[in-house]
Amino acid sequence: MNVITIEINGQQVQANKGEFILEAARRAGINIPTLCHMENFTPTGACRMCVVEIDGIRNLVPSCAYPVADGMKIQTHSPRVVRARKTIVELLLASHPDDCLYCVRSGSCQLQELAEDLGVRQRRYTGAKNNYQPDHSSPAIVRDPSKCILCGKCVRVCEEVQGVGAIDFINRGAAARVATAFDEGLNISSCVFCGQCVKVCPTGALRETSHLKRITDALQNPDKFVVVQHAPSVSITLGEELGIKAGTDVCGKMHAALRRLGFKRVFDTSFTADLTIMEEGTELINRVKNGGPLPLLSSCSPGWVKFVEEFYPEFIPNVSSCKSPQQMMGAVIKSFFAEKQQIDPSKIFSVSIMPCTAKKFEADRPEMKHDTTLPDIDAVLTTRELARLLKLYGIDLEKMPNEEADSPFGQRSTAGKLFGATGGVAEAAIRSVYYLMTGEELGIKELDALRGMDPIKEAHLQIGDLNVGVAVVSGLSNARILLDQIKAGRKDIHFIEVMTCPGGCINGGGQPIGTDIQGVTKRMQTLYKIDRTEELRVSHKNEEVQRLYKEYLGEPNSHKAHELLHTHYVKRKVTI
Amino acid sequence: MVEQSTIEQNFDLTEILGRYKGASRDALIPLLQDVQDLIGYLPKSAVTQVANFLNLPTSKVYGVATFYNQFRFDPVGKFHIQICRGTACHVKGSARVLEALQRELNIKPGQTTRDGVFSLEVVSCIGACGLAPAVCISGKVHARVNPDEIKSLLKQYKEQKSAEVTV
Repeated sequence: MNVITIEINGQQVQANKGEFILEAARRAGINIPTLCHMENFTPTGACRMCVVEIDGIRNLVPSCAYPVADGMKIQTHSPRVVRARKTIVELLLASHPDDCLYCVRSGSCQLQELAEDLGVRQRRYTGAKNNYQPDHSSPAIVRDPSKCILCGKCVRVCEEVQGVGAIDFINRGAAARVATAFDEGLNISSCVFCGQCVKVCPTGALRETSHLKRITDALQNPDKFVVVQHAPSVSITLGEELGIKAGTDVCGKMHAALRRLGFKRVFDTSFTADLTIMEEGTELINRVKNGGPLPLLSSCSPGWVKFVEEFYPEFIPNVSSCKSPQQMMGAVIKSFFAEKQQIDPSKIFSVSIMPCTAKKFEADRPEMKHDTTLPDIDAVLTTRELARLLKLYGIDLEKMPNEEADSPFGQRSTAGKLFGATGGVAEAAIRSVYYLMTGEELGIKELDALRGMDPIKEAHLQIGDLNVGVAVVSGLSNARILLDQIKAGRKDIHFIEVMTCPGGCINGGGQPIGTDIQGVTKRMQTLYKIDRTEELRVSHKNEEVQRLYKEYLGEPNSHKAHELLHTHYVKRKVTI
Repeated sequence: MVEQSTIEQNFDLTEILGRYKGASRDALIPLLQDVQDLIGYLPKSAVTQVANFLNLPTSKVYGVATFYNQFRFDPVGKFHIQICRGTACHVKGSARVLEALQRELNIKPGQTTRDGVFSLEVVSCIGACGLAPAVCISGKVHARVNPDEIKSLLKQYKEQKSAEVTV
């Protein structure tokens, strides 16, 4: 018998042997608040918010780490428990800057929410406030240790999910806080700027480096021609940030909204995702023909690219030389588009809206400059920042009409759109590589193995004489597993798609905060539905991509294409 | 906040690391202790070497090292000052002595003055409770230290230093 009966607040509840009280309670519809709890992680019991009273046990116990036992009688909201929780929140607030009105997380802060739920209405404790300098050194993420409540979720996600370990607790007792090695700036740490820490942070201690001001300034500047591109996953998640049901695609409305904001052109990054497929697919075919280096590693995800540069520099030659879709778009906007429209590239202000914090870092890379001086991308907004921008300009997304993206970079295949989920790049690449190698179209069904939330997925596929091995990974700690296998001599894999964030861009570090696995899966389903229902499903049939080659680039991997769409990587000297 | 010494050199830890061949993360603290015994403190390069050796993120090793008072990140000064903050010394006012030391030296516990003359360390109990509050400077115990005397006490040591230089 693995099912036992426990009593929670006088109500009989079925629980599975070995599970923790918190899980059983939540299933029974009883919400026990937590600050440090993370789904699918071993509990730490650090925050003590989840304490409950158990008959026969003198002290309150943390329900997140206390296993159920048959006949156990539990009180989750007795006066004693509620008083304990309230005191914890009050003590946290005593050292917290307590400046909610000015905080970017006001409204999505768990500490604030708990203070509200527990009815904290006065400052009962006064003491020394945390007084640490915020770290603005990185191009992507701001750390403000004063607002940190030491729940440790950022530390765990960085080490356990991403295998990076850029941050950890330093010092002890009242002086304890989260910091990088040697307490140096994030910019010179091993941080890959994925932003998963921002997503798990319950307070405003971690946030993206805001580019909002750059954009509002540019939009008001009559000398600037401001254009925008949006990543495949943003249209799927933006709605959530504005109170629309999870998994709703607001692409058309978003186009209209971006135009109302004053952007002169609205381009779809999925277009350059298609372009990436043409370049990367051709690169893969050439590498297979010319003997490597293989496996080819995808280069769309900037956190992953930095990860290779730091932790696996021996794999740098394996990383595709293709720029990411964001940077390809940036490059063709300030070259092809500028020439066609006869606009001086320095007058163009190019904005991208990304599900990602690392994209801010990528745009800032010295390799990503037009003619080596002008950045190809001038500002990067996360999905969250776009929602803020829409609120700032008073635009009601739901009331917008549906509009199309602009030519010459507005058309996309569903393959390009699939870039938003883990496995999408590989799936799109296979569809086109198959065609480029055999001249025939591939049925879509065979690629189910590459879909879904599994951290590592693999498929083998016969293309002509070659049995092509494809692997798909999301979450960098999983990438380590695969890279170590390759290092140990594994040879059957030709192409590896790596997405830094678990599940891919739909779960990126710039996406709405507070999403669980179910929410991410819904976003994924929406992308699959788009792929299922639309006509244009392969990158090589994108007419605007074909036109770009015909009028400007020549053919995939041409000299011109290399100049604009490809880049190189550097071994990084950081403290790992 | 722990300040780093400005001069960083690469320390050779081959011998120590050789002794820990095949060790896992539980060897971290003894390993750090051996490194500190060898060098006198934990320079950045040594922390990084230890981290890479044990296959741990450097941030974690640094985190562990900053948790414990015994580890320092600056070389000790010519005179190493250990101030006792044990119970008896506390009762006899060692907090004020520590305050005076910090003020006069302009450093925090764990740090070394810029001229490299003094370094400061807080210790829990040196077993000299009868002499509380006690301060131990390079092995010499000073009994019943009055915060107002700190200035002249440090001056004595400083003069001793310059006397040596002139010789």
